[in-house]
Amino acid sequence: MTVRDLARKLGLGVIPFALAVVTSTVIILALGANPIEAFGNVIGGAYESWAKVADIAMAMVPLLLASAGMLITFAAGLWNIGVEGQMLAGALMTTWLVESIEGPAAVMLPLSVLAGVAGGALWGVLIGLLRVYGGVNEIFAGLGMNFVGSALTNYLIFGPWKPERGATMSGTDPFPLEVWMPMIGHTRASWLALLLAIVAIAVVFIILRDTQWGLVLKAIGLNPVAANRMGVNTNRHLMLALMACGALAGLGGSLQTTAIYHRLIPQITGGNGYLAQLVVLLSGLRAQWVPLVVLFFASVQVGSPRLELRMQLDSSLGGVLQGSVVLFYLLVNGVRQRLGARNR
Amino acid sequence: MRIQIERISKTFGNVRANVDVSLTIEEGTIHGVLGENGAGKTTLMKILSGYLQPDSGEILIDGHPVSLDSPADAIVHGIGMLHQDPLDVPALSVLDNFSLGLHKGFWHSKRRLRHQFYTLCRRFGVRLQPDERLSNLTVGERQQLELVRLLASGVRVIILDEPTTGISEQQKQVLFETLRRLSEEGMSVVFVSHKLDDVDALCSSASVLRSGRHVGEMSAPFDRDRLVELMFGRAVSAPVHPCSCGTRIALEARGLVVTSRLLELEPIDLSVCEGEVIGLAGLEGSGQRLLMEVCAGIRKPKAGKLLLDGKDVTHAGYRELQAFGVAYVPASRMEEGLVRGLSIREHFALGAHERHLMVDWDSAETKARAQIERFSVVGTPDTRVEELSGGNQQRALLSLLPDDLRLLMLDHPTRGLDLGSEIWVWEQLHERCRRGTVILFTSTDLDELVDNSDRLLVFSGGQVSNPVASAEVTREELGYMIGGVNL
Repeated sequence: MTVRDLARKLGLGVIPFALAVVTSTVIILALGANPIEAFGNVIGGAYESWAKVADIAMAMVPLLLASAGMLITFAAGLWNIGVEGQMLAGALMTTWLVESIEGPAAVMLPLSVLAGVAGGALWGVLIGLLRVYGGVNEIFAGLGMNFVGSALTNYLIFGPWKPERGATMSGTDPFPLEVWMPMIGHTRASWLALLLAIVAIAVVFIILRDTQWGLVLKAIGLNPVAANRMGVNTNRHLMLALMACGALAGLGGSLQTTAIYHRLIPQITGGNGYLAQLVVLLSGLRAQWVPLVVLFFASVQVGSPRLELRMQLDSSLGGVLQGSVVLFYLLVNGVRQRLGARNR
Repeated sequence: MRIQIERISKTFGNVRANVDVSLTIEEGTIHGVLGENGAGKTTLMKILSGYLQPDSGEILIDGHPVSLDSPADAIVHGIGMLHQDPLDVPALSVLDNFSLGLHKGFWHSKRRLRHQFYTLCRRFGVRLQPDERLSNLTVGERQQLELVRLLASGVRVIILDEPTTGISEQQKQVLFETLRRLSEEGMSVVFVSHKLDDVDALCSSASVLRSGRHVGEMSAPFDRDRLVELMFGRAVSAPVHPCSCGTRIALEARGLVVTSRLLELEPIDLSVCEGEVIGLAGLEGSGQRLLMEVCAGIRKPKAGKLLLDGKDVTHAGYRELQAFGVAYVPASRMEEGLVRGLSIREHFALGAHERHLMVDWDSAETKARAQIERFSVVGTPDTRVEELSGGNQQRALLSLLPDDLRLLMLDHPTRGLDLGSEIWVWEQLHERCRRGTVILFTSTDLDELVDNSDRLLVFSGGQVSNPVASAEVTREELGYMIGGVNL
């Protein structure tokens, strides 16, 4: 890599970030607050204690899993907006397991993971069926299924799975301790959940770089007709991609119940399915950058509530920062490609 | 308008696309620009039409130097270019496409546009229905529309880049007629081609480019041998196809009914021997491709039987037939054949049918290197396919085919290739025939059909002729049959 390449790569990451900071600064100034103090609070809020670091780690888990899944579907050229629903399906399946059977942790934990994976995969397959055999664009199929998933969650919380003392927005009864993911010491971080997420992103990295399946997905994503002519069963691989993505996202949803909330609540996904789209875009569809981007997103997420506590600013300002980084990244990338194309 | 190109040079990376090229296009002439693939014709034309800026040199219009910084700029100066692939919106109507880019301001006067459209069409003898959806038009008709649109924007010099590629003989004649009318009205036409016949039939003068340099100039009547020598730097002649037919029947169609949404062909009965080459002649869209798609398992026949080596494969799918040694090479290389964004190495890795978990990059690399060498592809295993020139894309596509095939179908195998590459491609294909492969191919070039096939099937108006031995048919007879005249 030459110095110029390196500079270009850095520019691609640093410029959008700087622009996003500028945008946020302008907004904070417009709100009449001190931007330096605000950024200080976000960073301070995120890293003030080990407990917060643990929170960041746990915020990374569902985002890593959903992003890992999305990398697969993006490689195959699919806009899998349905990740949110796939996470929900994983959470629902795990809750169903917990509601149905009891057992020791050694049985329940692996089963809960499997249930999450199966639920998400099934949801992915449904979207795949709609896309491949129903001729429904995966964006609409996924979006529709997200609404179905969210309505189903609410129905189950306020219906069959409602606590004995009555249904509330705070969800089902807490899960028995046997289905709590093991924690690191007295923190809220679960080493097992974190390990699963890290393994998932690593596996996806290897799949996309080195496996025959990864190459097949890439070919389908770039030119499905030609891939088909070369003997690739495109329909099957599109289904498999959605299924694999669903499995990972489902695991993410499942861990939200077993490692974080220890129950099923409405909006159990915390919007991570949508956030994952931004993560994957910002990482330039490259698995190796996803952990870094996820770390940034999770830090902002954990740090920004302090804006509200200390400065009476809305914590959604963090979201503005996240969103604008992605927008500027896409913008800088687009401009760069346009400049590059000009002298071709 | 008189256009002078003065000492234009353009370099891309290490490739010198144009070196000190100077040529003059007089008003009211049809000027041919000849050269083999990669000779620098397209680059020069892109410079002339404002898509590219030269590294050095200048362009003069009526003696005044101009700088053409964008295509819009060039159009303001009266220079417009018709691209190899028309850029238009298939879902819109002809009239809507006509008005795109042409119309300024907010409100649309449909009536005025319609009037303008009709006037131009009448003036230049173009027959187009303004309310037809563009997706129903042939490539030739879309070209005509693009031409009318350029004329409407006030262009006086029209550049056509390989316009006869992919259109039928009839459409070509219509196009030529239109171009002659343009020149009669004092407009200049720059006609870029690698086809001698077309330049011979149409142009009043021609310049030849070779390896980015202007190597010669000639006026009609052309000395064709001299032009070939200028183009290739040597004399080139096509070898005669040696018949390599065996006696065993390899492919058999019995009462095969081929249909699409728009077309239903009469039942086809056909027996093809090992090593035989069958040319599928006819106007584009007469069902030649449908027959190949049925034989490849991409399309299901409505009735009848298809046998391969005596085995009934009527209902076999594409992948199943691939396993039997059937391959289909589509005409649109970048749309259906190759994957834009993947390197040659990745294409070989993708084609490796062994179901390994991991990609065997080493063997893909070895295979890619060997085939690049064997098929003289100008590129490396790392080269992405979209970076290859058209001729090299076709070579790459052919190099990806398995060695031992029973049935090979090619849709326009030499479309867009220069004479040298065309001869080379057919040498490769005939070599396969000697090893027993059956070849079916389509072409709109009568010479290619007659020279390279053993027998011909002529498709015309939903009818398919009985097989005709190509040695017993003249080009004229074939032309009549394609036009629907029964001999």
